[in-house]
Amino acid sequence: MTVVLETRNLCRNFNALKATQDVSFQLHEGARHALIGPNGAGKTTFINLLTGVLAPTSGEVLLMGQPITRLSRHGRVRRGLARTFQINQLFPELSVVESLGLVISERRGNGADWWRYAGRLPGLGEEVAQIACDFGLDEVLDQRVADLPYGKQRLLEIALAIALKPRVLLLDEPAAGVPEADRHEVLARLAVLPGDVSILLIEHDMSLVFTFASRISVLVEGALYAEGTAEEIAADERVKAVYLGEGDDE
Amino acid sequence: MTARPDPAASAATDTAAAETGRRVVRTMRRALRWSLPEILFWLVAFASIFLLPGQHLILTEIAILAVFALSIDLILGYAGIVSLGHAAMYGAGAYAAGLYAIHVTGEPLTGLVVGAAAGAVIAFATSFLLLRGGDLTRLMVTLGVAAVLFEIANKAYRITGGADGLQGIWMDPILGRFDFDLAGHTGYVYCLIVLFLLFLLARLVVNSPFGISLKAIRENPLRASAVGIPVNPRLVAIYTLAGAYAGVAGALFTHTQQFISLDALAFQKSADGLLVLIIGGTGYLYGGMIGALAYKVIQDVIANITPQYWLFWIGLLMVVFVLWGRDKPQRIFATLAARLRHRREGRE
Repeated sequence: MTVVLETRNLCRNFNALKATQDVSFQLHEGARHALIGPNGAGKTTFINLLTGVLAPTSGEVLLMGQPITRLSRHGRVRRGLARTFQINQLFPELSVVESLGLVISERRGNGADWWRYAGRLPGLGEEVAQIACDFGLDEVLDQRVADLPYGKQRLLEIALAIALKPRVLLLDEPAAGVPEADRHEVLARLAVLPGDVSILLIEHDMSLVFTFASRISVLVEGALYAEGTAEEIAADERVKAVYLGEGDDE
Repeated sequence: MTARPDPAASAATDTAAAETGRRVVRTMRRALRWSLPEILFWLVAFASIFLLPGQHLILTEIAILAVFALSIDLILGYAGIVSLGHAAMYGAGAYAAGLYAIHVTGEPLTGLVVGAAAGAVIAFATSFLLLRGGDLTRLMVTLGVAAVLFEIANKAYRITGGADGLQGIWMDPILGRFDFDLAGHTGYVYCLIVLFLLFLLARLVVNSPFGISLKAIRENPLRASAVGIPVNPRLVAIYTLAGAYAGVAGALFTHTQQFISLDALAFQKSADGLLVLIIGGTGYLYGGMIGALAYKVIQDVIANITPQYWLFWIGLLMVVFVLWGRDKPQRIFATLAARLRHRREGRE
């Protein structure tokens, strides 16, 4: 199977703290892969290294076989690597239409066009509408994002990443903070994400991990601790000891 | 994965999507349409040419201040860049236009281009200092850049006239036909037309994909970069464009006053521009113009009542306004436009 995202001996130190230790990781095409680990295991640092928010101390990141270690954040996005955030990162004063429209025009390479109104870009409205419908946002199109209920904001958080038509998508705790009543909507959305998008799910919630992911990697103290199919990880005594046991009381 | 097993259901979804598509396009096109308050605003502005011939000198000042505030609105209202040194670009434009008139030609329209270029060059060169750090850094850097330019203009008195000001500027007639007159009629029409054209360009730019990406950067630079927006190049671009606008404002000042003092680069100039924009409100382009009008008129009225203590009253009014009245003009404008739109859409 094709490897779409790969890290080779990735390390990141914060002074004496080794937040990421020699991580060599592979994400396969079309994968539903989860990355789990106890608090402070370095999951967020790992994501930041993948997306270019942080530069690694040593090691490499490859997307579609090409090294992207020194590529800017937006450069990585343009090559097909998208992410969502654990805490919503939206554009509060923009409307849903503007938010989706700007992401799509950026993806199409029209983002720097200053000489024409955004509303005149051919086909933009249709694509915005399609994504808005898919994500249940069609009723709130011209509302300010800041005024949306949390569940809708969470859906928009994911919709913005999907609007980029990524080849690799990093989902950082997509259901975090979503009230129980809206949870099924977010989960249903995750279940029907396009199959050709390779997804790495960073998650704390074990029930979501086991329903969503077929493959699981466990990160402990910055290093890859175990990796395998969902069944293997569920049965792994070592993993239970460091992680699952601790996670029971959540 | 996105299987839609039921063809009937999928057809229904498609119609719904098409309907939503039309709604999205309508929403997006709304920004293109001129609302009634907008049309009225410009009708009144151009009517003042004929209705207020005795006020053209102060109206000229207002129009120039409005161009300057429009420039600040582009960076502050849209890209979220705070500045306390916008006079740097204004002054650069003013001096460039003045020197051009003295040493090259007094032809005003090419002088405007020279002023714009000077403002853009200063803005472009200093924009890189603004990319790192937060609001406080930006305030200090812009303040510092303007202070440095002020001191350079002060010391280079052989070129700029220093504290005595730059004198000996003679302007040719605009397009070889319209002479600048003492009552300021030509000057006002000239400034108003330039303001209108720059406004039209700004209106296009802020509603373009580029303009919306600026708002996204203002709202959340982290997410903006995560959806593929090259944040720094966009900020450099808008700062440079705003610099050109401020340069044009400076050149207009030179052309209509035919004299430049160091005031053009002074902190007071930057503060005035910012104040005007805060009075009128940011992020809808009319703020600078409404603010400039209000600021100058109030200044004029108070100066007539108490010539000695006008600064006291202006200061007091500012404090009261910022505490209680901020964003009012913008809200009135928006409410009016929305109400008229609803009525029109209701009739359709």
